[in-house]
Amino acid sequence: MSTETIETKTDSQIKPKIRSGFWYRHPRLRIAGILSAPMAWLIVIYLGSLFALFITAFWQVNDFTGLVEQKFTFKNFQTVFSDSAYYQTVFRTLGIALLVTAFSLILALPLAFFMSQVVPNKYRALMVAMILTPLWASYLVKVYAWRSMLQPDNGVIAWFLNPFGLGSPGYGFIGIVITLTYLWLPYMVLPIYSGLSRLPDSLVSASADLGARNFRTFRSIVFPMIFPAIVAGSIFTFSLSLGDFITAQIVGGKLIMLGNVVQQTYVTNLPFAAAVSTIPVVIVLMYLFAVRRSGALESL
Amino acid sequence: MQTSRLLKIAAVAAAGSLVLAACSSTDDSSSGAPGGSAIAGPIGDGEGAINILAWPGYAENGTTDPAVDWVTPFTEATGCKANVKVFGTSDEAVKLMQGGGWDVVSASGDASLRLIYGDSVQPVNTDLVPNYTDIFTDLKDQQWNTVDGVTFGVPHGRGANVLAWNWATEVGGPEEPDSWSVVFEADSPYAGKVSAYDSPIAIADAAVYLMATKPELGITYPYALDQTQFDAAMALLEQQKVLVGEYWNDFAKQMASFIDGSTLVSTSWQVTVNALQSEEPQVDVRVKAIKPKEGATGWSDTWMIAKDTPNLNCSYKWLDWIVSPEVNAEAAEWFGEAPANKLACDLTANADHCDVFHAGDTDYWTDVYYWNTPTTACLDGRTDVECLPYSEWATAWTSLRS
Repeated sequence: MSTETIETKTDSQIKPKIRSGFWYRHPRLRIAGILSAPMAWLIVIYLGSLFALFITAFWQVNDFTGLVEQKFTFKNFQTVFSDSAYYQTVFRTLGIALLVTAFSLILALPLAFFMSQVVPNKYRALMVAMILTPLWASYLVKVYAWRSMLQPDNGVIAWFLNPFGLGSPGYGFIGIVITLTYLWLPYMVLPIYSGLSRLPDSLVSASADLGARNFRTFRSIVFPMIFPAIVAGSIFTFSLSLGDFITAQIVGGKLIMLGNVVQQTYVTNLPFAAAVSTIPVVIVLMYLFAVRRSGALESL
Repeated sequence: MQTSRLLKIAAVAAAGSLVLAACSSTDDSSSGAPGGSAIAGPIGDGEGAINILAWPGYAENGTTDPAVDWVTPFTEATGCKANVKVFGTSDEAVKLMQGGGWDVVSASGDASLRLIYGDSVQPVNTDLVPNYTDIFTDLKDQQWNTVDGVTFGVPHGRGANVLAWNWATEVGGPEEPDSWSVVFEADSPYAGKVSAYDSPIAIADAAVYLMATKPELGITYPYALDQTQFDAAMALLEQQKVLVGEYWNDFAKQMASFIDGSTLVSTSWQVTVNALQSEEPQVDVRVKAIKPKEGATGWSDTWMIAKDTPNLNCSYKWLDWIVSPEVNAEAAEWFGEAPANKLACDLTANADHCDVFHAGDTDYWTDVYYWNTPTTACLDGRTDVECLPYSEWATAWTSLRS
């Protein structure tokens, strides 16, 4: 009995040894085994679809049936850049994305500072939860809520501002910026909050000891240290705004964004929609390249 | 280093396979006259299954509302197990049919011709659809369901795109508008509170108005516009854009816009107006709808059978089922449109349904131009000019909205 147990024990000890030895001797296979699934996802599904999108932008459609015909043409890109209506939309969308990012930053900086430096430790988790709560609600519910608040005649904002002789901004450019800022604010607050949380108090104290006032401390100590966090947040707010189309549909009045052009044309003229979709991709890539040059991505 | 080389190889491989896949799919977009002939019959037993592609509300199986179900009784009666897919736009329906796998489709006029000429559907032998005889005659043998005398489907129902306005606020004075001018002309009292349908097919709305107001343009059919006529329609829509507060593309959004006061006047559907009127006790909205004196665009939907369906018997059984008086009444009432079968009018739950929706009122429909697919060959029969095809309409509309 006892020998048998010993025998089986040694057996089961040897086998994994052989296996781990095999993987140890073949490190490349080991890495391939671990990475093949995520890499396949990344390359085939993720990059593959982007590549297919880009290729499609050079095809054309049959005028009548709307079927895609694989004949090479630059016409789609020519239309996008020759019709002033489209580059107006490009600049409008870019302007919205930049303004949303700027307003998110202006709101997020003091909020994150308050959360990480002023609020007692035990309440910080509660504050983070409160910032996260809106993300749990449906996107559509939130946008429709803003629709009723922005209503020019009887919305909450009009009711609030009318006594001061002002009105609601109504549906349009400002409405879109306000709504998107509300939607994406948590994505700006959280990275800045975690950046500020990592900021050693000693540095701030040292700065004060050396005679620096608040603004100087912020400019020379705090800001350089949380800059990567700001960049991370801005990537979220900027790219999410650039691709949005539902907000424009609900609170945009008659204004549309790039995403709406894609949505309107993807069934009737898929290649044209593909050509339009490459614009935000190029803009985001340029943005990422710019922040990479600034060195912010390495310290993320 | 290792990973980046691996990534490169894989990327090249992925790109290669995509290009291969793209090249191997053959290009057979024959746009000649539709071929094939309808089956002679008789219809045999069902194949046991049917795949239905339908507008929302056209093939209800009890999932939306347990009380609204005419698909389950169909399966019980015929043994054809139904798989229903709902589509949101005509363009989507065309795309899905081109992909194959669907036996029947409810196609509006702006989809049906694309399906016929794209060789996606087959002619229908109406002798094999007994209920076809009771369908209103002004729905049969029309441009969007019949080509060269060959019938390609069975009419389901129709509706007009009406002018709806909120008269509670009386912006334009107490008198009712009777013309589309309130949504098109620069001096509209409703400026800023006008809404319009957000689809290329809305260009036809402008064309209908121009038919009456600018006869010198010579428009006889709003879906057959040559370059001059098309430019005039687009200019009118540019003028309208100044008045527009919002464009709408689904009926819930339009209801919200009427209720919160953002819209006072708009192109609309009877079903939206009815829904708003049923809300009137709760909300301060008094919406009325008329078909203005210039006439209107509208829709007339057709059930069609896929070219290569393996479930032909079930498909014919479905066509007969959906236009049978009982089912047609139920479907038309649920959606809010005029039924195609005249016997359906006696069977609606609301006895006035057919009057409200003008089902048998032939005069009402004479100046209703059902959605149709514009083609290069002018649909009004002109041969001396080329008309703008739907793809140009779509491009122009997107440009207008940008």
